[in-house]
Amino acid sequence: MELIVPLVVARIIDVGIPSGDRTYVVYACLIIVAFGVLGLVFSLLGQYFAAKAAVGFSKGMRYEMFRHIGRLSYSQLDTIGTATLITRMTSDSNQVQTGINLTLRLLLRSPFVVFGAMIAAFLIDVQSGYIFLAAVPVLSLVIFLIMFFSVPMYKKVQKNVDDVLLSTRENLTGARVLRAFCLEDKEIETFDAKNEKLTNMQKRVGRISALLNPLTFAVINVAIICIIYVGGIKVYDGALSQGEVVALYNYMSQILIELIKCANLIVSLNKAVASAHRIQAVLDIVPDEQKGERDFPENFDIEFKNVSLRYENGGGYAVADVNFKAKGGETIGVIGGTGSGKTSLVNLLPRFYEATKGEVLIGGENVNDINFEQLRQSIGVVPQKAVLFKGTIRDNMCFGKKASDEEIEKALKVAQADEVVRLKGGLDFMVEQNGQNLSGGQKQRLTIARALVLNPKILILDDSASALDYRTDFKLRSALKELKGLTTFIVSQRTSSIMYADKIIVLDGGKVVGMGKHEKLLETCEVYRQIYNSQTGA
Amino acid sequence: MGKEKKIKTKGAKASTIKKVLRYVGRYKWLVALSTLLALGVVGLTLLIPVLVGDAIDGIVGKGDVNFALIKKIIIIVATAVAGVSILQWCMNVINNKVTYSVTKDIRARAIRKITKLPLSYIDSHAHGETVNKVISDVEQFADGLLLGFTQLFTGVVTIVATFAFMISINWIIGLAVALLTPLSLFIAKFIAKNSYKMFHLQSESRANQTAFVEEMISNEKVVKAFSHEDEALDDFKRTNDILYKHSLKAVFFSSLTNPTTRFVNSVIYAIVALVGAFACISADGAIVALTVGQLVTLLAYTNQYTKPFNEISEVVTEFQNALACASRVFELIEEESEDDGTKEIEAVEGNVELKDIDFSYVKSKPLIENLNVSVKAGQRVAIVGPTGCGKTTLINLLMRFYDVNGGSVEVDGNNVKDLKRHSLRKKNGMVLQETWLKHGTVKENISMGKPGATDEEIIEAAKAAHSHGFIMQMPDGYDTVIGEDGLTLSQGQKQLLCITRVMLALPPMLILDEATSSIDTRTEMLIQSAFQKLTQNKTSFIVAHRLSTIKSADKILVMKNGTIVEQGTHDSLIAEGGFYAALYNSQFAKV
Repeated sequence: MELIVPLVVARIIDVGIPSGDRTYVVYACLIIVAFGVLGLVFSLLGQYFAAKAAVGFSKGMRYEMFRHIGRLSYSQLDTIGTATLITRMTSDSNQVQTGINLTLRLLLRSPFVVFGAMIAAFLIDVQSGYIFLAAVPVLSLVIFLIMFFSVPMYKKVQKNVDDVLLSTRENLTGARVLRAFCLEDKEIETFDAKNEKLTNMQKRVGRISALLNPLTFAVINVAIICIIYVGGIKVYDGALSQGEVVALYNYMSQILIELIKCANLIVSLNKAVASAHRIQAVLDIVPDEQKGERDFPENFDIEFKNVSLRYENGGGYAVADVNFKAKGGETIGVIGGTGSGKTSLVNLLPRFYEATKGEVLIGGENVNDINFEQLRQSIGVVPQKAVLFKGTIRDNMCFGKKASDEEIEKALKVAQADEVVRLKGGLDFMVEQNGQNLSGGQKQRLTIARALVLNPKILILDDSASALDYRTDFKLRSALKELKGLTTFIVSQRTSSIMYADKIIVLDGGKVVGMGKHEKLLETCEVYRQIYNSQTGA
Repeated sequence: MGKEKKIKTKGAKASTIKKVLRYVGRYKWLVALSTLLALGVVGLTLLIPVLVGDAIDGIVGKGDVNFALIKKIIIIVATAVAGVSILQWCMNVINNKVTYSVTKDIRARAIRKITKLPLSYIDSHAHGETVNKVISDVEQFADGLLLGFTQLFTGVVTIVATFAFMISINWIIGLAVALLTPLSLFIAKFIAKNSYKMFHLQSESRANQTAFVEEMISNEKVVKAFSHEDEALDDFKRTNDILYKHSLKAVFFSSLTNPTTRFVNSVIYAIVALVGAFACISADGAIVALTVGQLVTLLAYTNQYTKPFNEISEVVTEFQNALACASRVFELIEEESEDDGTKEIEAVEGNVELKDIDFSYVKSKPLIENLNVSVKAGQRVAIVGPTGCGKTTLINLLMRFYDVNGGSVEVDGNNVKDLKRHSLRKKNGMVLQETWLKHGTVKENISMGKPGATDEEIIEAAKAAHSHGFIMQMPDGYDTVIGEDGLTLSQGQKQLLCITRVMLALPPMLILDEATSSIDTRTEMLIQSAFQKLTQNKTSFIVAHRLSTIKSADKILVMKNGTIVEQGTHDSLIAEGGFYAALYNSQFAKV
């Protein structure tokens, strides 16, 4: 619409003014206003669809991402890190939304204006059109080159900013340690170096990006000079009118304005592209195969055959060459020091991680062949970190399976959590995010109950009774014992929690260094004895 | 009352500006130069439409073109264009230089302040907030204030000059444009005000979604363990739909500004064309004659005229924001530093005397009152007591992280207030329950207390602290990068590294605050024996809750509510049958 305006102005100059026809001028101006109205309507529609497209796209993208993350395996989650996943879901997807919106708005306008202006110029006069044909590529090249050089530099600047930020944060979080070791001056030195580097980089980028406006300005105005000159000759020859030269001049100015707008948007567009790449990287991860067709077996004797596990992000074996058997219904204690591989060992059962070597068998079936859904439903896990989610206690209890209140009550009773619920006023008590309004021991008992609601065949307590006092711990273990046929793995650092187990596995550095009952281990296993003694003060 | 407040904030603003000027003052010649350049740029930029208009007047019709005039104008325009380009580039570069240099100067000041801030400040202010001040506030302040200033300056000059040019060409049209332009500003403001509400809704639903995402994804492993993925996805979809609805409204409303202002401008444009054309037609008789070229110039100005207006209104808000940022930064920089003593101590024997100490973090809540402890050189002192009894506070005082309110802490007869902090701290080795590792390699972290330690020394220390084993299991051994965004370590491993740090530094006095709380009991016993060796004939303070540690101490201080209720050895305290004996029985005895 705006492209017509210069033509109308040209008519005013060529027809209206020389002939002195005032009504003609009035009509022409009314046409300008009318086109303004039309332009307004169309661009409003355009904006609406652009907004809808951008917002809709990012909605779909977030949904896809969330679903995708739900499919990733434990070791994939470890490799990516949940913290980055969260930023990618939130701030990166916002950036993309903004970027798409800007691009659409721009795409809906600028190319039309630029090319439309060019075509219009050709329609007026072919030779003048060539000036446009030359100016637009030159301009695009200028913008492209500046982008080409400055974009990678902007990335470096961002990295330098991150460095400075890290340095600042370390001086706050580590204030005690840094001061205790008298490292303040050294820290200032490091900071200054990083700061200097950042500033220099910024200045360098600045010099290049500062070229953008002057250069585009120069190119456009050179083109305008050409138009006037060529226009002058043409008008002299009678091939062009005065108004048409003005129209050409106006078209060139419009191109300038559009290109400057483009250039200003480029920075935020760049950010969006970088964010889109980060999101794409997540979506590109192919979820690990989690198939397996066999049903969960009726008999659930457990056997570990030469099992080793090594995590993908390097390091040695977390679990090395473990062999043991356990009958259904037994209680197995797993004990060992920090980093001895206790959690790694039990994580193999519900197939959170797959054994690097060897086989984990339940009822003779390799866990990798068992239907994934059934496997997870049959094994109740109580993780080390007692995590509860925002929602009522009932919601939290039904986390793995929709259960009736009776089922929940039963599970709560076994987990010694019935009194917690009573204390809090029932199942409708709202748990805050991360269970902030519950104590450590209360949370642990509720997470145990949550696992029991599944009515699992196998229960894994991963150091999950550490915040319970001895009496509650004891009552919990007795109640668990009464659940007939439940195979229980108790991982603990406390000998008192596992000393009555049917079988105790003692781990040290990922290897089994002892196995058997408490009394036997006290006699035969040096590591077990040391642990026992360190806790009883003997 | 309200008025007073206003004056006060005004005063604060003025003083902030003054402080800013002090920083910019170092670059005042550059700023002056940039201002001059800006004047040149604006002047020349505005001259071009006038010249083009003149040229067009030279192109009248067939056979009626004044080539001599056109050539002359073209040369002038070319020079002007070259001038604008060069001047503008120089101006941009100078502005960048000033902006970035000021940013750098302020950040350098800030970090120097941070290393001297009293710990009471660091403990009581969220770290993220302070980091924000140093990073984004400084940036926004520099951008907003300095770039904002040049933009404001060129904007105002452009408006005034454009107006002047227009009036000089045709005062009626000039006046008309001047009166009509605020209309588009008014509309822009109206839209901004309304879209603000939408944005508010958007950010609210976005915050909700973020909270949900944070909760679910950071606990994704639990979600998976219970096969809760599908339900979580459904919940997510719900928040996502709400966000979509609000987002759409916000984005659409805010995008209305451009088309509407463009429309208003096109109306103004039409009016200028109408009045201008009339003026041209009645050129002979009218009061305000106009040539076609002048009309073209006026139309070009009309197009340009609204731009600086929009910019200025943006700049003004940015300016306000920048001032707010600046005052936050200055708040940090002007925070009071800790004072330091002057005396150096060379060798220490390790006699520590706490005399009549009063201390509290918050004035209204006295924590430690009238505390007296005397420790002889070489003694191992264990501090026990229930949570919140002041154990860690005592450590804070010994390291002089905090200063006492009354009484004195003396090391070998020297009041620590008179000592240089560095001098005192170099004598103390410290391991805290809150482990802290720097972003860097394992080796760098261990050698913090003894820069320049050899690899052998480091490995030896690691072996003594029983960290050698797991360090060797890391991907790059001692060169593995850990810390803020490096490899994640378990709490126990972190503690072991912190202990290694002290094992390497071998300070004359040792302070251990729950140093082994996350380490399993067996490893702890092994480390304890290493500590025993390390603390032989050295004064050491150990806050612990584990029996083996406490039992072997030469002196046990039993704290309760900020005072020492009992002191003695394990056996004597048990025999006394007091608070310690009760504590011992409740925590350690077998049930």
